[in-house]
Amino acid sequence: MEQRIRILMAKAGLDGHDRGVKVVARALRDAGMEVIYTGLHNTPDQVVRSALQEDVDVIGLSILSGAHMTIFAKVAELLKKYEMNDVLLMGGGIIPDEDKPALEQLGVYGLFGPGASTQDIIEFIRNEVQKRRKLEV
Amino acid sequence: MAKAAEPDLKREKERWEKEILEPFLKKAKERRERFITVSDEEFNRLYGPSDIADLDYERDLSYPGEYPYTRGVYPTMYRGRLWTMRQFAGFGGPEDTNARFKYLLKEGQTGLSTAFDMPTLMGLDSDHPLADGEVGVEGVAVSTLADFEILFDEIPLDQVTTSFTINPSAPVIYAMYIAIADKQGVPRDKIRGTIQNDMLKEFIAQKEWVVSPKPSVDLIADIFEFGIKETPKFNLISISGYHIREAGSTAIQELAFTLADGMAYVEAGLERGLDIDKFAPQLSFFFNSHNSFFEEIAKFRAARRIWARAMREHYGAKNEESWKLRFHTQTAGCSLTDQQPLINIVRVTLQALAAVLGGTQSLHTNSFDEALALPTEEAVRIALRTQQIIAYESGVADTIDPLGGSYFIESLTNETERKTMEYINKISDIGHGSILKGALAGIDNGYFQREIGQAAYQYQKQVETGEQTIVGVNKYQIPKEQDMPVPILRIDPEIQRRQIARLEKVKRERDNDAVHRALGQLADAAMNKQNTMPFILDAVKAYVSVGEIMEVFRKVHGAYREPAIV
Repeated sequence: MEQRIRILMAKAGLDGHDRGVKVVARALRDAGMEVIYTGLHNTPDQVVRSALQEDVDVIGLSILSGAHMTIFAKVAELLKKYEMNDVLLMGGGIIPDEDKPALEQLGVYGLFGPGASTQDIIEFIRNEVQKRRKLEV
Repeated sequence: MAKAAEPDLKREKERWEKEILEPFLKKAKERRERFITVSDEEFNRLYGPSDIADLDYERDLSYPGEYPYTRGVYPTMYRGRLWTMRQFAGFGGPEDTNARFKYLLKEGQTGLSTAFDMPTLMGLDSDHPLADGEVGVEGVAVSTLADFEILFDEIPLDQVTTSFTINPSAPVIYAMYIAIADKQGVPRDKIRGTIQNDMLKEFIAQKEWVVSPKPSVDLIADIFEFGIKETPKFNLISISGYHIREAGSTAIQELAFTLADGMAYVEAGLERGLDIDKFAPQLSFFFNSHNSFFEEIAKFRAARRIWARAMREHYGAKNEESWKLRFHTQTAGCSLTDQQPLINIVRVTLQALAAVLGGTQSLHTNSFDEALALPTEEAVRIALRTQQIIAYESGVADTIDPLGGSYFIESLTNETERKTMEYINKISDIGHGSILKGALAGIDNGYFQREIGQAAYQYQKQVETGEQTIVGVNKYQIPKEQDMPVPILRIDPEIQRRQIARLEKVKRERDNDAVHRALGQLADAAMNKQNTMPFILDAVKAYVSVGEIMEVFRKVHGAYREPAIV
């Protein structure tokens, strides 16, 4: 049987908006994934260390405070530093379209904003993780 | 008379159902099996006299300005004075927000409302490592009184009322406002405004904190004790359901948890030995107005009635001002879509209308671009104009409680009260008769957070199955490339550097002996359970920063960390 997808759902920075991250966490869990939720107010370093310890396939970072350019950049940098190149970094929150190309440049794939369907998120994760696992073999 | 006629009405309705409705339904089915609100409450097809047979006009509704205030807290309502149009504003440095304030006042806004950035909200200065990337982004950055002096430059505090959306660091911001009033020569008993200062809902929903729930509530009691003497016209708290609703609660949960929090603060004031009729008139409330129009109107009407009854009958308040629930409303941010953003203007209009029909005292209408970023000036103007059209063109403000007496609205108001009281009684049971203890226990064991999380998830599932319709999201979508581009308000990263530079300059130039003295006295007061407000005011006047003051409380009580519950 295929190994279950493990995902770290994280809130970083001072942002306390956690409705979205919790709804998505429940939906991913109901879809059979193993979800680890960090809780609020983590530093980028704490997020990446948890991801390393938990050996996750995916980091889902939720940011609604406007600090996405700073925080995603730091997390992406740390992923490189720890050579966690196989981990899918994705996110959600209030992220203007015009910031998305720059975030993709940083290595952030899959950004889901208000109104996104959890089914789309689930499908996206399954496809991406499958691609990455194939590459590893 | 109404009661005697009731059996006939019931028979008449049965006859209509049998002879008219049923044959019709056989030919043409209704659009849905269940007609539900955003809160998953089911509405009946029709409401009639039998649905409000037990309604007693004097007892349950009465006249505006009279107990239990179901129809409004003032005798003339908007015929006397319109609600305060209060757009929440704040971004960048204090100079930027000061300019936005002046712009809004010029455009006809009647009160100010301040949004702070995340570091300030969390009691951290602009130079704290966790503040990186967040300075001035979500609101204005304020670290010391020097920032506040710029924020209120040329704004006379005896002429405007100002609301501050701030919670854990509320005592510091409140002290800064008093310090500015002192500088402007405005007597403290003349200043009007509101600090949000509602920590229970922070732990339940908005998640901004410094210390744990109990010492947080103690600090609120400090403000009550200080404020009833020093600033008797200032609302010392704005007990808020807004964030509870934004976090995904139902309308009933919003109302129940908010009123329970209100009762918890009343109990905290009583425990402090304060006279309920001294502090209760300085409590105010803040609700959300969401999409389900009638559900919201009933919520506002029920809120006034429940609060009046609890204050008078349960807590024994004798001052009529203690019985009146006065509230601010903001339209539901979570209802805005980033798809086809202009249609948000229509959503906001309906939500604002519900707030006005529900008798709000002040109103913030969201801007159509807020699912994308902070609002631009143009978007804010449209939001303000929306209120002005409701106020001056529609005529809805010209008659008090125009929906009062509607079978539907009265029945819904009754049901809202009943279901809300079930929750409040449950919280009281958790606290063995004390709502304060029940609220604290419910936060500790995750009761509120779980209830809200469950409701949010339920709603999301209903959206995805199409049981809830969101125009532009799960119906009537258009391809992204056809969507309208929206200009985004950008916060210049230079602001962070400017703020840090100003903070460093203040720290260099202030009297640092006075700073150490003030901080030492504050720490002593916090440890000895003295009222800390006078010491916070002294510290603020010595240009001690928000972060330095809140650090005292962190050291004395320990920093709070929430258990992660999905």
